[in-house]
Amino acid sequence: MVPISQLQAGQQGYVRALHGGRGFVARLAALGFTPGAPVTMVRNPGFGPVIVSIRGTQIALGRGEAHHVLVMQNGREHAVAG
Amino acid sequence: MQSPANDLLTKTETAQASANRTPVIALAGQPNVGKSTIFNILTGLNQHVGNWPGKTVERKTGTCEHLGRALTVVDLPGAYSLTANSVEERIARDYIIQDRPDVVVAVVDAAILERSLYLVAELLLLPAPVILVLNMIDVAEQEGIKVEPQVLQAALGIPVIPMCATRGRGIHALLDTVQALIGGNLEYRPRRPTILPNHEMILAELVRRIAPHVPDRYPVDWVALKLLEGDSEITTQMQETLPNDVWEQVHATLYEHEDAILDIAGARYGWIERMVRAAVERPKVGQMGLTARLDKVLTHPIWGMAVLLAVLGGVFWLTYSIGVPLQTWLSDVLDRLAMVAGQALAEAPGWLSALATDGIIGGAGMVVTFLPILIVFFTVLAFLEDTGYMARIAYLTDRFMHAMGLHGKSFIPLLLGFGCNVPAILGTRIIETRRARGLTILLAPLVPCTARIAVVAVLAPVFFGNRAGLVVWVLVTGSLIALALLGIILHRFILRGEQVAFIMELPLYHLPNLRTIGLYIWQNTVAFLKKAGTIILLVSIVVWVFSYFPNGVVSESYLARAGKWLEPVGQWMGLSWELITALLTSFIAKENTIATLGVLYGDYETVLPTVLSPAGALAFLTTQILFIPCVATVATIKQEAGTKWMIASLFLMLGLSLGAGIGVYQLGVLLGL
Repeated sequence: MVPISQLQAGQQGYVRALHGGRGFVARLAALGFTPGAPVTMVRNPGFGPVIVSIRGTQIALGRGEAHHVLVMQNGREHAVAG
Repeated sequence: MQSPANDLLTKTETAQASANRTPVIALAGQPNVGKSTIFNILTGLNQHVGNWPGKTVERKTGTCEHLGRALTVVDLPGAYSLTANSVEERIARDYIIQDRPDVVVAVVDAAILERSLYLVAELLLLPAPVILVLNMIDVAEQEGIKVEPQVLQAALGIPVIPMCATRGRGIHALLDTVQALIGGNLEYRPRRPTILPNHEMILAELVRRIAPHVPDRYPVDWVALKLLEGDSEITTQMQETLPNDVWEQVHATLYEHEDAILDIAGARYGWIERMVRAAVERPKVGQMGLTARLDKVLTHPIWGMAVLLAVLGGVFWLTYSIGVPLQTWLSDVLDRLAMVAGQALAEAPGWLSALATDGIIGGAGMVVTFLPILIVFFTVLAFLEDTGYMARIAYLTDRFMHAMGLHGKSFIPLLLGFGCNVPAILGTRIIETRRARGLTILLAPLVPCTARIAVVAVLAPVFFGNRAGLVVWVLVTGSLIALALLGIILHRFILRGEQVAFIMELPLYHLPNLRTIGLYIWQNTVAFLKKAGTIILLVSIVVWVFSYFPNGVVSESYLARAGKWLEPVGQWMGLSWELITALLTSFIAKENTIATLGVLYGDYETVLPTVLSPAGALAFLTTQILFIPCVATVATIKQEAGTKWMIASLFLMLGLSLGAGIGVYQLGVLLGL
């Protein structure tokens, strides 16, 4: 299980857990970050916010926020935008 | 998960309600699903823009007519869910629960159906019938996604209307369906989302405990579910309502299932997946939609920044090539008008003619000359927001704004402050949270606007000759450094607390709707004229009165007396009362500083260097560039954020400018300037 911020662009994973306060967890859950949801990293320049693709939408997450989303990496690489 | 008790919207009841009053339809949806376009098409100019009671969120209502029957349309704020995550979400759900609209029209984006159905999954639990509008069918097709409305309708059990609002398609069908539903001529049998079996038992237990105590208008099941989700507002409300012993038990149960929200949201998405499975056809793997192709460049760390710089350059070019010439032309027209008025009033007492020309026409002129720049600004803002590019700007600039506890969304308003602080303050509307918005408003006046830079650029050569360019550069850079430092200080020590996470959806790109953009410009311009315009005019006249009376000479006016009274403060920074008075008059408009110096000193370009040391000159210019913003900006702050923020801003800028002025002067004296 790794923080989503460690995925490289194109790498996929499944959401496993969200760490943080209730409001944070509730907001992310409403956007589709629920356990088991497949998520793909779209942009991760190594600093600043990242862009991930989840449930058909692209979501920008601050780096701090991205540290609190834990995913199970599934290894396969996919050709995605960016 | 819902018991039949929630099915209280029997046909007869809805029909009875509508017989007595104009039926109300509420538009609900996530941000960026084209809700405001639909609202604008439905209501046209028959709309009223105000605020939700006690909130700074815009409230839009309007009327429309269909087949000879009037309808009231309420545009609910954009919300991703109905948990109390944001003010918008609270307003939306409170409205549906308390005001009971006859129909809720849930607008979803066909291109991101799963995500936008989440709100619908929540809406179906509230006591109002829901019609689903499947908007942006065209955008979905452009991304390679096909949705079958009939299949979705069969799955959800509620009416589904396909729509392409930007081209006006589907509006008629929507209104037909609304009337059929209100008239009781349409069967309404929604399938509601379910929760995990183990949660059903917990929920049943919660319902049993709280049922006798829940206020009438709230559906008990819904309250229980929100408790289980950990909704902060409902939890507080129930803690106050429930008898202590009941609350203790409820609290213990909730504590045990603290992370239920993840499972509940997961179950909702599971339900959504089942609903859309048969209805949606997705592009083949590897096929790239328009948005993905554009974002390959536009969100790229290097190319994206390059495009952003080009876009910003374009915005400035537009402002200066269209806005500024128009502004100059308008102020010429007003000058001539003032001259004509002066001649017409030649016989009248001096004060009357001065009031007409300097006070009224001068003040009104200020308001009017802002318009060209404001209109250019609103147009640009509407285009950036409506095409989806604004979210990319926020993403690209976020890392720079982070240290101040702000998001990328604060970047655009601050940047536009270089043109004029008024649109900068108005532009903070795109920032969602109150804290971030307030912070941005407090920081905006530290961006030196064209007028401030002009004053400094005119005065610097008077004192510093050919080193003036360097001085201006230092002052402007210094302002921006002060902005960054103040931002960091305010964020770390004063406006602490609700540090808001940067979580932002990047909407799909789409062509903007010109009608929506036109209405946006029109409404915002009218609102500015009505609210800020009136205050600016009044304050301009009042300040003019102080600078004219009692004798009609500035040097003996009340304002000059105030300047003299403040001279002790001035001495700490080496300034005479004339210079203090010039600063005070800059409150009406920054350019006034130079006019006042002209009146008080005559040939100020020759006199000033002889009465003011370089240390004093630096202190004066520093104070000038940081001084309280002009009355137009202050009025706009009051209009947008309220009196408290306005006072905070005034004191902040006053303290900062005087403090910096004193600091610069004392340092200069130490260094022997």
